Amino acid sequence: MTGQAVIELEDVWAGYESDRVLEAVNFRMDAGDYVGLIGPNGGGKTTLIKVILGLIKPDRGSVRVMGVSPEKGRHFIGYVPQIQQDNKMFPIKVWDVVSMGRLKPHLLQNLYLKDADKTIVERSLRQMDILDLAKRPINELSGGQRQRVTIARALAAEPKILMLDEPTSSVDSRSSSKMYDLLAELNQSISILLISHDLTAISTYVKTIGCVNRRLVYGGQKEITSEMLSTAYECPVDLVAHGLPHRVLPSHQEEDNHD
Amino acid sequence: MIDTIQNIFAYDFMRNALFASLLVGVVCGLIGTLVVLNRIVFLGGGIAHAAYGGIGLAYYFGQDPMLGAILFSILSALGMGVVHLRTKARSDTLIGVMWSIGMAVGIIFVSLTPGFKADLMSYLFGSLLAVSGGDLLVMALVALLVIVFVLLFYRSLQAISFDETFSTVRNLPVAALYLMMLVMIGLTVVVAMRVVGLIMVIAMLTIPPATANLFLKDMKGMMLLSVGLSWLFSAAGLILAFALNLQAGSVIILVAALSYLAAAAYKKLSVHAKP
Repeated sequence: MTGQAVIELEDVWAGYESDRVLEAVNFRMDAGDYVGLIGPNGGGKTTLIKVILGLIKPDRGSVRVMGVSPEKGRHFIGYVPQIQQDNKMFPIKVWDVVSMGRLKPHLLQNLYLKDADKTIVERSLRQMDILDLAKRPINELSGGQRQRVTIARALAAEPKILMLDEPTSSVDSRSSSKMYDLLAELNQSISILLISHDLTAISTYVKTIGCVNRRLVYGGQKEITSEMLSTAYECPVDLVAHGLPHRVLPSHQEEDNHD
Repeated sequence: MIDTIQNIFAYDFMRNALFASLLVGVVCGLIGTLVVLNRIVFLGGGIAHAAYGGIGLAYYFGQDPMLGAILFSILSALGMGVVHLRTKARSDTLIGVMWSIGMAVGIIFVSLTPGFKADLMSYLFGSLLAVSGGDLLVMALVALLVIVFVLLFYRSLQAISFDETFSTVRNLPVAALYLMMLVMIGLTVVVAMRVVGLIMVIAMLTIPPATANLFLKDMKGMMLLSVGLSWLFSAAGLILAFALNLQAGSVIILVAALSYLAAAAYKKLSVHAKP
């Protein structure tokens, strides 16, 4: 399964109006990869995600998802967004959230959830070990449980690529390490792209690592290079801890815990 | 008590008023839930007020004001929808502008029209007791349309309301669905206008779902309970207005608002009572 490119960016420049956020980004991710991209806030992580999902058109360069345009290829992506504050209070049950992974592009295909789709939703819930929460409204869940719901929704889409945006914000460290174990398991069949400002957490789990700060430094290696450091010298404080065994710094996620 | 109520509904106009409240209750409960969950209350208000432009124009050209209202509310719904989809962050300013333009156009054309215009007030403040058989037919058609719309697209509507980005990534036709929803809001506004007037339409759209949301954490349940609450508020308001000889629309709104406040207070107290 390795060797085939699932995401390819060639000389991508993107931004908003006069504000250029990404410059000359080249990136290739192959089937079976588990890539972690780190970068400071405002360094273009979210823009990169939007470009890959086809939500923003790049000013220059080409984007390919599973060999086609993002609009055509994005249904192969299981997108796990950051949990938005206002969405936590939305009156909806876990089952209904995860069923969204089975949405089809034509409105008339979504009249009701077919049995085959129900089976897939159930399997995704079981995979994330939250089948017992199916009937609970999401506002009653903990941060860690909600994170699992969001991943289960992505899995219900039967994706080839799992794309996670800041998966550990608003999750305590115990459930985040459990989540990373699950991701490692999923990686046996799904390519994973993880984007975060939290290096300590991801560097232990991902196969390869890169850094985004306007430009992208990624060479498919596991180590943080000095080039990454100089490109993204604003990278989070957690970077200091890298390489020091068993040293744990208070990570940035704690700031995000407070609403 | 029962006798009095029976006597009240012995009048044709009271029966029409009741039927109108029931039909409008269905429409407002279903569409209001979507308005509240999508946080587009301001947009709903904009559509309602822009509709007044259509009323003024229709009046000037001697056409049925309802027709003008329908046309204008649909056009303004689409216009505001496009603005909202294109310019997420600053859409409220533009919606505010369209809101006022609609009102201004309406007022100018009404003042250009010679003659007696007392019934124009009824579009602003509602005239539940003057609902005709024709009005009821329009309301029934809109109610049917809204029910079919919600039944058919429930899952997709829930998805775009909850997470628009994820729906886009699943390639759902988010923009089309969104615009359809706004057109439904436009039609809702026109029929609710007969009951409470366009100035108070927002209350009919928001208070029942907001009350339902205090107790239910599920969109389907919210929709059904909102319809029930709309019926309750309208019937109680109607009877009270008749008994006290007050304007029906305003009494309905006050009954709804007080019920909401009471429910919210009860909710707050019962939460605090728990350890």
